[in-house]
Amino acid sequence: MTLKVRVIPCLDVKDGRVVKGVNFVDLADVGDPVEAAKAYDAAGADELCFLDITASHEKRGTLLDIVQRTAENCFMPLTVGGGVRTVEDIRALMLAGADKVSINTAAVRDPAVVGRAAERFGAQAIVVAIDAKGVSKPGEAPRWEIFTHGGRTPTGIDAVEFARTVANLGAGEILLTSMDRDGTKNGFDLGLTRAISDAVSVPVIASGGVGTLDHLVDGVRDGRASAVLAASIFHYGTFTIREAKEHMARAGLPMRLDREDGV
Amino acid sequence: MNIVLVDYGAGNLHSAHRGLERALTDTGLSGSVTVTSDADTVARADRIVMPGDGAFRDCRQSLDAVPGLVEALTQAVKVKGSPFFGICVGMQLLADIGEEHGETPGLGWLGGHVRHLEPADAGLKVPHMGWNTLRLQRPHPLLDGLRLGEGGLHAYFLHAYHLVADRAEDVIAVADYGGPVTAAVARGTVCGTQFHPEKSQTLGRALFANFLRWTP
Repeated sequence: MTLKVRVIPCLDVKDGRVVKGVNFVDLADVGDPVEAAKAYDAAGADELCFLDITASHEKRGTLLDIVQRTAENCFMPLTVGGGVRTVEDIRALMLAGADKVSINTAAVRDPAVVGRAAERFGAQAIVVAIDAKGVSKPGEAPRWEIFTHGGRTPTGIDAVEFARTVANLGAGEILLTSMDRDGTKNGFDLGLTRAISDAVSVPVIASGGVGTLDHLVDGVRDGRASAVLAASIFHYGTFTIREAKEHMARAGLPMRLDREDGV
Repeated sequence: MNIVLVDYGAGNLHSAHRGLERALTDTGLSGSVTVTSDADTVARADRIVMPGDGAFRDCRQSLDAVPGLVEALTQAVKVKGSPFFGICVGMQLLADIGEEHGETPGLGWLGGHVRHLEPADAGLKVPHMGWNTLRLQRPHPLLDGLRLGEGGLHAYFLHAYHLVADRAEDVIAVADYGGPVTAAVARGTVCGTQFHPEKSQTLGRALFANFLRWTP
């Protein structure tokens, strides 16, 4: 018996609707998040991720409503992130039905929030989302830095060091997005994924750049990720969840291929 | 059948609520599911389901913060013998002591300690997070008809601590993660799972139905 590699579709949600940005711009509205969640539940996704990119904090109620309706309609694990600042934000999302909550900018500003959240909700519920870009020059040892605001704002913080810090503070998982690869379909940044996976003892979700099913395999085999996250290849029907998992299983990775048609 | 889902402010109730309603339909049993923190309602319940998302100590404090709730649970389960199902930390609370963020007393209905996972293979990540299969330790009505073992159905785990029971026979199923991880426990009218049936699709659906059919 082995823990299986997780395939996680991610839905970007803005003002209560699903969007998928290419490099976080050119947003296109592609539907109702709850309907999309139900479809992924039926398709056998291992978890679902909602990333709320609503600009205004006042509209957070919409997200809580979506999370609650998803929890009522889906029997699959749900991670919710985007704009999460305080322990109270996390509590509200968990009571609405999130199993895990991901913290991004707030953890960069004040890593101690990770510790406070883990103390309250347990490490298993706290995901830190790291958006990183390569900053080393050609010929130098590879180095990645944390960027915030959808990859526009450099922070000067080393990504590997930061991952270690938040894992020690109590983060139970790292959701790692390469801002160099996000939206490119050129595959994960495997060097970055491997560097972070090897640096921490908590699971790492690889994200950013998936264009083919081989990319998913590479993220686990070469990047040593515990889970892979993708959006557009699933949202636009390029591949089904089942196709992705069968492909990964053929490549020798442990996958959950339960049919939802009986016991 | 009056099923009570205990609401003590410790996590997601919506999926469990809907899952139990679906189990009523699946089993053809008549009844209803009530989400409540009211001690009297809990004391009168025919079946009790107690979720728990969070750290052990925080969940215990939340439970104690509801007036009369622990007494009502004890009355229903220990005196009246109402079947009880704990999910995740709701199951861990059955132990004597939880060790997450310092030692905290549990309900002590099933002897044991809740300890940090220490997989024998240092390469394995903690928390144990994701889908794993189950290995039967002892046949139990809760697991009747479930396809277990290597090629069996998967259950969703999300935890860094697990219940180490004093009595081996209290553990009815384990998962393998660098050694056995307690996945399901049962003793008398009390049972529980470390994994989340309300998030475990087919397996969870069958398990909830088994719990409603169970007559300990």
